[in-house]
Amino acid sequence: MDRRQFMTRVAALGCSAAASPLVTPVALASAPWDTRLVVVILRGAMDGLDVFRPHGDPDFARLRKTLGQDSLDLTGFYGLHPALEPLLPLWHAGEFGAANAVSTPYRDKRSHFDGQDILEAGKPGLTGAENDGWLNRMMQSISGITGQTAFAIGRDQQLILTGAAPAARWSPEAALDLSPQAQSLLELVYSNDPLFATASAQAIEIAKSVEMAAEDDAADADMMMADPMMSGVRANAEHVQLAEFAAARLRDETRIASFSINGWDTHLRQEGGLKTALGRLSDTILTLRTGLGPVWEKTAVLCLTEFGRTAHENGTRGTDHGTGGAMIYAGGALNGGHVLGEWPGLAEADLYNRRDLMPTRDVRAYPAWVMHDVLGINRTTIELSIFPGLEMGRNPGIVG
Amino acid sequence: MTFDPNLAAIRFGSGRSPLFDLPREADALLAELDTGQLYDVTGFGDTRPSMAEFQAAAKVARAARGTDALDAEEAAFREVRVAANTFYYGAVRSGLARHVGAEFGFAARLETFWADHFTVIARNVAQRHMVSTFVQDAIRPHIHGSFSQMLKAVATHPMMLIYLEQTRSVGPESIQGKRLKCGLNENLAREMLELHTLGVGGPYSQTDVTELAELLTGLTYRAKDGFYYNPRLAEPGAETVLGVTYDEADGIANILTAMDDLASHPQTAEHIARKIAAEFVADEPDPDLIDAMKEAFVATDGDLPTVYGTMLDHPAAWAPKLQKVKSPLRFITSSMRALGVTGDAVAQADGRKTRELILGPLRVMGQPWEKPNGPDGWPDESAAWVSAQGMAGRISWAMSAPRVLTDGQLPDPRVFVETALGGLASQDVIFAASAAEARPDGVGLVLASPAFQRS
Repeated sequence: MDRRQFMTRVAALGCSAAASPLVTPVALASAPWDTRLVVVILRGAMDGLDVFRPHGDPDFARLRKTLGQDSLDLTGFYGLHPALEPLLPLWHAGEFGAANAVSTPYRDKRSHFDGQDILEAGKPGLTGAENDGWLNRMMQSISGITGQTAFAIGRDQQLILTGAAPAARWSPEAALDLSPQAQSLLELVYSNDPLFATASAQAIEIAKSVEMAAEDDAADADMMMADPMMSGVRANAEHVQLAEFAAARLRDETRIASFSINGWDTHLRQEGGLKTALGRLSDTILTLRTGLGPVWEKTAVLCLTEFGRTAHENGTRGTDHGTGGAMIYAGGALNGGHVLGEWPGLAEADLYNRRDLMPTRDVRAYPAWVMHDVLGINRTTIELSIFPGLEMGRNPGIVG
Repeated sequence: MTFDPNLAAIRFGSGRSPLFDLPREADALLAELDTGQLYDVTGFGDTRPSMAEFQAAAKVARAARGTDALDAEEAAFREVRVAANTFYYGAVRSGLARHVGAEFGFAARLETFWADHFTVIARNVAQRHMVSTFVQDAIRPHIHGSFSQMLKAVATHPMMLIYLEQTRSVGPESIQGKRLKCGLNENLAREMLELHTLGVGGPYSQTDVTELAELLTGLTYRAKDGFYYNPRLAEPGAETVLGVTYDEADGIANILTAMDDLASHPQTAEHIARKIAAEFVADEPDPDLIDAMKEAFVATDGDLPTVYGTMLDHPAAWAPKLQKVKSPLRFITSSMRALGVTGDAVAQADGRKTRELILGPLRVMGQPWEKPNGPDGWPDESAAWVSAQGMAGRISWAMSAPRVLTDGQLPDPRVFVETALGGLASQDVIFAASAAEARPDGVGLVLASPAFQRS
C-alpha cells in the first residue's frame, strides 16, 4: 500500500476509530451458556491439611506439633483454618467447600513449576513444550466462543487459558490512549506480524471497553465496600482489584476468568505465611460474591494448587513439598458445606511414600464434573480431549 | 550467514545508539566483557542500611509503640526506610544505565541473563534494596569467568541463601538439629539441580535432592559475618549425589567440590548452552548451535567467554529472521539507546521519572523490576511477552515516554526510522513514521513496530 492508498482509506473511514478492524468491537453473541466459571491458581502449593484440618484423625496432632491451632469446627472431623472465618457464612449457606486428598497425576519430583504446568495443562505428564491449557481446550470444544468469553487476569502468563481458542488477558492497571490516526498506522505496521497484530487489537479493544466501564465500576466499588460482608477486605490490595475486575467482566459477557494468588510456599513459619495467603483468598472470594451480586448464584469458583505439602511439620515450623492436597470451591452454582473426597488417613502406612497425604482422587475429576453437570459437556470430550487420561469415575456431587 | 554489525547490536547488544558505532566483529563484543563494570552499586556487605540495620530499626519502632519514645523511633525508622528506598531507586537506574550507557551492551545483556538464571527475589521490605547487591557481588564479576565460579559465588551469597531458605536448613542429626529439633529445608538443593545446573529434565531423583540438601547444611549467613559456614548445622555422614559420594570430613571443601561437579556435568553444559542460545538467538535454537556451545562448555570446563564466542562464530546465530521478542526491560533500554539517551542521564534521573518511565511501565508490560513469579525467573519464550496487556504497556510507553526522555527534543520520525532500525525498517514502518500526524506518534510507531520489538 502506498501513501495515497492509505490516506484514501483513512479518509474513507472518516478517521473513525470504531471502523478500524483493529478496534471492531467483538461480536456480542451471547456465550453458549450462562454459568460463570472462575479458576484461581494457588501458586506455591497450598497445605490443604492446614486449611481443612482433619482433627478427627488420630494421627493429625502427632504430625502437626505447632500448626493447626484455633480451628473452627465444621463437621466434627474437619476444622477450618481461622483465617477463613469470613467464609463461614458461605459454608453454612452451602456456597463454600473443599475436596480433600486430591492431586494431579504429577508425582515425586515435587517441582512447583512442573507441578503448575501439569495442573494447568490438565494432562497426565509433561512433554516439555506445553502450549495449551485445559480451560482453553474446554473452550475449543464449545462453539460460539468470542474474544471476551474468557479472561486471564493479572500480570502472569497463564498456561491454563493458553491455546487455540481466543482468550483475553488483562491487568487492571493497563491503559491505552491513541489517536485514531495513530491506531490506523499501528494496524498497518502490525499487518504482516500476526502475533503483534492480534495482541495489539485485543489491547485496543479491551482498553476501550475498560474505559467505558470505568465510571460504572467506580460506583460499583463504592457500593461493594458498603456491603457488611466486605468489612474486613482491603479495598486497594492487588488481589481485590483483580477480583473486582473479574466480577465486572463476568457480570457482562465474560463467562470464564482465571487468575492466580501467590504466597502458598510455606517452608518456614507457616502460621504467618498461610494466614496471609488465606486472607487474600478469603478477600478474593468475598469480592467476587459481592461484585457478582445475583450472578453469584450461577457462579462456580474452583481454587486449585499444584500439589499438597508434607504430612509432617518440618524443622522450621513449616511444611515441605508433598503430594495430596485440597481443592477449595465456592459459588452459588456448587454444592458447598461439604468436604468431599475419600479420606485416606494419616497413619504412617497410609501416607504416600510415608511422607505425604495419599491422593485418593485425581483433582481433575472435580472440574470435569463441574463441566459435565453445569456446562453440559459430554464425558467423552472431557476424558479424551480436555483432561486426557482422566477416568471421571462416580459423580462426587460437587454440583448441587 | 556471518557476522552482521546491525544484527550484532540488536541481537547480542542492547540496541543501536546514535552515540556509538556498531560493533565490527565478534571480538569487539567479547572485549566488552573485560572493560570493567559500568555503574556499580555497593556489595551486600557495604550497603547501608544493611538488612540487619533495617530489621533492628523496625523492631525498635515497634517496641516503642505506646511509649514516649514512639515519635523519635518512628522518625529513625522512617530515615532508614528512606535510605533503603533511595538505594533501591539508584540500583534500578544503574541496572538500566549499564545497558543504555554501554558501547554495545553485550556485557549488560549477559549480566541480565545470568541474574535471571540465578533469580533471587526479595521476600520482605528489608531485603528489597539488597537484590542488586547480589547481582553486583555474585553475577557481574563472573560473566567472563567459568560457570563453576559463578555457581559457587551465587550459592554462597547471603541473598541466595536467604531467598532459597538455606539459612533455615539444619541437618537433623547435626549438633543444632538435635538440640533444637529442627531439620532440613530442601529448597536450595532442589533449585540448584532443577534450575541452576542440570535442568528440570535432568538425571536426578528425590534422593539426590535430599542428599544434596544434607550436604549443603552448614552454608548460612549471619549479620556480622555475611556468608558463614557453621559446622554445628552440618549433617554428619557422607552424602551421595548423582552417584558421587562426598565425605563429611572435608567441611565446606566437599560442598564446593560437589558444586564443581554439578557445574561440569554434561547435562549442565547442555542446559546452559541451550539457555544462552535461547536468550540471544531463538526460542528453539538450532540443534547444531546448541551442540557446538555444549562442546565448547565441556572442552573448557565451562569457560563462559569460550561458550559465548562459539555462539557468535556459529552461522545459526546470524540468521536474518528476527526470532526473539525483546523483554520489557530490553524494549525500554533499547528505546532509550535509539533516542540517544546517555547512561549518565538514566543514572541521574529523579524518583518520579524512575517510577513513571521505568518501574510502572515495566509492571504493566509484565516484567515488574526484580519480581518474577519464582526462582525460575522470567519466561524464555518470546510469545509470553506479547499479550494484550503487555502490548498496551509497550504502545503507551512508545507514544509517551520519548518526549520526556528527550526533554521535548524528539528526533524527526523519518530520520529516527534509520537511527533505530538501520536496514531492518520495512516499507510499512517507513511509511507510518512519515504519515503520523505528530512527532511523538511517529517516533512511537517506530518503537512499537515489530522490527523494533523483535531481535
